[in-house]
Amino acid sequence: MVTSSKLLDTDDPMDPVTNEPARVEFETHPSRYKHWKLAVDGDVARLVMAVDADHPHRPGYELKLNSYDLSVDIELADAIQRLRFEHPGVRALVISADLDRVFCSGANIYMLGLSTHSFKVNFCKFTNETRLYLEDASALGGLASIAACRGTTAGGGYELALACDEIMLVDDGNSAVSFPETPLLAVLPGTGGLTRLVDKRKVRRDRADVFCTTAEGIKGKRAREWNLVDHVVARTKWDETVLARAKAVAAAQTITRGSAFALPALGGTVATAGAVDSLAYRFVRLVVDHATRTATLDVTAPDAVEDPDAIAATGAEPWALRAFRELDDALLHLRFEHADIGVVLVRTHGKHDVVRGCDEALAKSTTGFAREVRHLQRRVLKRFDNTARSFYAVADAADSCFAGVLLELALGSDRFYMLLDDKGTIGVSTSVANAGFHQTCTNMSRLEARFYGDPGKVDAILRRGAEGAIPTEEADKLGLATVAADDIDFADELRIAVEERASLSPDALTGMEASLRFVGPETLETKIFGRLSAWQNWIFTRANSTGEHGALTLYGQPERPQFQWKRT
Amino acid sequence: MTAGTVLTDDKIPNNVNLSGDKRLQRALEAWQPAFIDWWKTMGPVGWQQKDIFLRTAVSVETDGWAHFDYVKMPDYRWGIFLEPKVEGRLHHFGDNLGTPVWDEVPGEFRNLLRRLIVTQGDTEPASVEQQRDLGATAPSLYDLRNLFQVNVEEGRHLWAMVYLLHTYFGRDGREEADELLQRRSGDVDKPRILGAFNEPTSHWLSFFMFTMFTDRDGKYQLAALAESGFDPLARTCRFMLTEEAHHMFVGESGIQRVCKRACELMKADANGEVRAQGGIDLPTIQKYLNLWYTLSLDLFGGEVSSNAADAYAAGLKGRYKEERYDEHKLIGSTFAMDVLREGKIVHEDVPMRTALNEVLRTEYIKDCQRGVDRWNKTIHDAGVAFELKLPSNKFNRQIGMWSTLNKQITPDGQIVDASAWAAAAPSWLPTAEDETYIKSLMKPVFEPGKMASWIAPPLKGINNLPGDFEYVR
Repeated sequence: MVTSSKLLDTDDPMDPVTNEPARVEFETHPSRYKHWKLAVDGDVARLVMAVDADHPHRPGYELKLNSYDLSVDIELADAIQRLRFEHPGVRALVISADLDRVFCSGANIYMLGLSTHSFKVNFCKFTNETRLYLEDASALGGLASIAACRGTTAGGGYELALACDEIMLVDDGNSAVSFPETPLLAVLPGTGGLTRLVDKRKVRRDRADVFCTTAEGIKGKRAREWNLVDHVVARTKWDETVLARAKAVAAAQTITRGSAFALPALGGTVATAGAVDSLAYRFVRLVVDHATRTATLDVTAPDAVEDPDAIAATGAEPWALRAFRELDDALLHLRFEHADIGVVLVRTHGKHDVVRGCDEALAKSTTGFAREVRHLQRRVLKRFDNTARSFYAVADAADSCFAGVLLELALGSDRFYMLLDDKGTIGVSTSVANAGFHQTCTNMSRLEARFYGDPGKVDAILRRGAEGAIPTEEADKLGLATVAADDIDFADELRIAVEERASLSPDALTGMEASLRFVGPETLETKIFGRLSAWQNWIFTRANSTGEHGALTLYGQPERPQFQWKRT
Repeated sequence: MTAGTVLTDDKIPNNVNLSGDKRLQRALEAWQPAFIDWWKTMGPVGWQQKDIFLRTAVSVETDGWAHFDYVKMPDYRWGIFLEPKVEGRLHHFGDNLGTPVWDEVPGEFRNLLRRLIVTQGDTEPASVEQQRDLGATAPSLYDLRNLFQVNVEEGRHLWAMVYLLHTYFGRDGREEADELLQRRSGDVDKPRILGAFNEPTSHWLSFFMFTMFTDRDGKYQLAALAESGFDPLARTCRFMLTEEAHHMFVGESGIQRVCKRACELMKADANGEVRAQGGIDLPTIQKYLNLWYTLSLDLFGGEVSSNAADAYAAGLKGRYKEERYDEHKLIGSTFAMDVLREGKIVHEDVPMRTALNEVLRTEYIKDCQRGVDRWNKTIHDAGVAFELKLPSNKFNRQIGMWSTLNKQITPDGQIVDASAWAAAAPSWLPTAEDETYIKSLMKPVFEPGKMASWIAPPLKGINNLPGDFEYVR
C-alpha cells in the first residue's frame, strides 16, 4: 500500500537519494541512453528497447520487463528527433525489444502508484506527445515506423506499437497484444490507445470493447483478423520478414530529406534567488516567481535575417531551430518542475523584419533540413498549446516582437495584452508563418482558430500584414488584441488580470483553457488529449483506482480491490 | 469641457492629488461634463439657477468639511475626499487578518469589489432622481435647502465612488462610471440596480421617511465598507459617513416635526381631527413608517447569504464597528436568528459568516428604534397617548426568506392567512386614499420663516441662522 509520504512529489522536487532539488533533464544523446539502443544501417534504423531496470527516473521502483517511465520516454523522444535531423538517410524505423518473449509491458505500475497526480498527468501528456511524434515523422518527415513485437505487447507497449505505421506480432502461440488496464488496474490505456484502435486502425468498436476488457489480450490470427496488428510472423521467419518490411516501407517514402544536422546541446543555465528561479538559454528565458505563482517567458529574435541552410552548412544552429528547441525545453521544465506556477507572461524581443525575413527564408528553402525546422517549430507550438498554464502574451515595450512565427505565441496564448503607445511603435507583424504554416492539432492555423467561422477576417489580417507592421490600435480593431490599453491603464490592467487569474482554481482553469483553446472539429490528436487523457485523469483521482481499496493502489498486493459500484 | 482642459484642485476640491494624477484627470475630464449634464437633466427640477445656501466640503480637516455659502447647484464644487491614510493599517477581520491592507485592488477580488462599489454608487444618483420634483412642494425654504443639501451630497457620494472606479479599476471602471450616469431611476430599459431606488419619492412625508430609513441603510452599508481591507474604499466611506449623518438628521427631525404638528392639531381640535385641519395624523405616519422601514430592511439582502460570507472572508466588508467585537474570523461561530422552516418561524443558529447581512440589519434596527423612541418622546411630551412602533422585520418584505410570506405576516410578526392579511392591510400600509390626501397637502411655502400646515418649524436654523433666513433666493 502506497502511503502519501512516499509520493514522488513534483511540487517538492527533492531527490530522495541526493536530497537536493531534483531537476528533470530532458536533454540527452544516444551516447548516454540507458534504455534504448539506436543503430542505423542504410535507410533503416533500429531502436531497440532495452530498459535498464536499475535506472528509473526516480528511485523507488524497478523497470522490469521493459516497462517504462519518464526517463525511457525522454530517450525515445530524443531518438525520433535526432533521426529526423541527424540521419536523413533513414526512411524506416524499426522499434523492437532486446528481451525474449516481451516487447514492452507498458508504463511501470509501481511508478504510477508512487507519483503525484500532477506528475502522472504530465508524464502521460509527454508520452502522448512522443507517440504523436512518431506519426508526425511518418506523415510529414518521410520517416515511417514499424513496431516489431516479438513477445508480449501490453498496455503502453501496445500503445507505442499503435503509433507506428505497421505492427508486426510474432505468431508463437503465446505472444499477444493487450490492454489490461481496465480489467487489471481499473484505469485506461491512457497514451492514445483507445482512440487509435477505433480512429486510426478502424477496429470495429464492439471488438475493441472485447479487446479492452480481455486482460490476457489477443494473439495470432485473430489479432490480424481484428486489425489489431498488420502482420503475424512465425519465430523462424521473424528477422528476415521484419527486415523485408522495413526495406519495403523505406522504399515507399517520397519526402526529400537532409542535409544532416547534428543537434547541439542546449545547456540552459539555472539560477535561484529567493523565491525566483530562472532558466536561461541563448534566445529563451524562463523566470518563475513562486511567491506570485507567475512566470515570464521571454523569446528573443536573432540580430539579423538568417538563411537556415547556409548557417546549418557551417555546423552552426540557425535561430529558427535553436530558439524553438530552447522553448520546447523550457516548456517541459515549466510543466514538470514548477507545478505551482499558474500564469505565464509571454514576451518577445527583437526586430519584426528580421523574424519575417527568417520566416521567408525558411519557407522558400526546398531542403529537407529547412522543412524539418518548420515542422519542429510547429511541434513546439503545439506543446505550447498543450501546456496547462494560463498564457498571457504581452506586447508592452518598444522591442516587442510578435512577428511571424513569434506572433504564433500570442495567437496561441489565452489572452494578448497590447500597450497602446503614442507613436504606434508597438504592434504585430504577420508573415508566411501565420498563413497555414503552423497548424494546431485541429489542423487549422492559429489565425483560423482565432476567427473560427470567419475566414474573411483571416484574409484581411494577412493582407494588411503584407503591407507592414500593424500598430496596437489597428491590431485591436482587427481582433488581434484581447486588451489594448495606453500607458495610464496598461500596468494596472495587466497586474489585476494576472492576480485575478492566479487566484482561480488551477483545475477549473486547466479544463476551461483546454476547452477554449482547441477550436473547431475534433481530430485524433484532440481526442487523445481532450477525451482520453481527460477521462484518464479523472479516473486517476477516483477511489476505484487510487483509493485505499483501489485497483492501482493494490496492484501486486494480496488484497483484491473493492469497487464502489455507482456509475456516473 | 474640451480635451486638454485642466481640472484644477480649485474647481474640484480634493485630497487625492488630482492635479498630479494624469490618469484621474483624464478620466474625470470625460466624466465630469457628463455628470453636469446629468445633474441638469435629472437633478432638482426648476431650481438650478437659484442661489442655495449650501455646505461644501473643501478639506477633511475639522473645519473643512462644512463650508457654508450661497451657490448655484450646477456650480457646486463636488470634491473628492478620503480620510487620511493610517500607515501600517492591517486587515482586522476575515481570512487575511493581521496582514497589511491593500492599497491597490487585489486582482482576486476585482469583480467582487467592483460590484460592491457600483451597487453603492448607483444608489447615490438614484435618490437624486427620485427626489427631483420635490422642490415644487417644499413646506419651507429651510426644508427646500435641506433637500438640495441632501441632493448635492448624494452627488458627491457618487463622485466618491466614481473616484474609486476611475483610479483603481482601469477601463472597466471608467465604463462602470459612465453607466452610473446612464441608468435612470424608474426607467424601463435602464433602471437603477436596486428595486427600492426605482420608485419616485412622491411627496415630502416619503422624503423624510426615506432620509430616516433608507439613508440609514446607507449609513450601515458605508460603515461596513469603512472596515474594508481595500484601504481606499475604507477611507472614502469613512468620510462619506460624516455627510450621511446630516441626511438622517433631515429625516429624523422632519418626521419629528410632522409628529409635533399632528399633536398640536389634535389638541387644537375638539375631536382631535388632524386631517380636518390640514395635518398628517399619527396613524398615517405609522403606515408610512411601516412602508419605508420595511423597504429599507430589504436593502440589506438575504438573511442567509454566501455573498456576505465571501465579502467578509475576503476582508472587503466588515461588520458595523468591527473593533467592538472580540472575534474577527468567524469560522465556527453562529448567530441565533429567526428562520423560516416549512412555513414556520423557528429560532436557530446560523453559521456567522452567512448571517452577516442579518447581523448588520440587527444593528440597523436598533438604530432605527432609537429614532422612533425620540419621536415617541415628542408625542409623549405633547401629552398625546400614542406610540409609533417599528413593525416586525418579517413584515412586508420583498427580498429574503420572509418575502415568500410577503402578504401573510402581520406587523407583529404573526403568520396569518392571506385573506385576513389583505383585510387588515389598509390599516398597516398607505392606501391610495392616504396617498391622495398627503399629496393634497403638498403646497409650497417659499416665504422665509413660514411653514406648511402639516409640519412644525425646526428648533433652530442651519448653522444657527435665524428662523427667517433666506436659504434659497
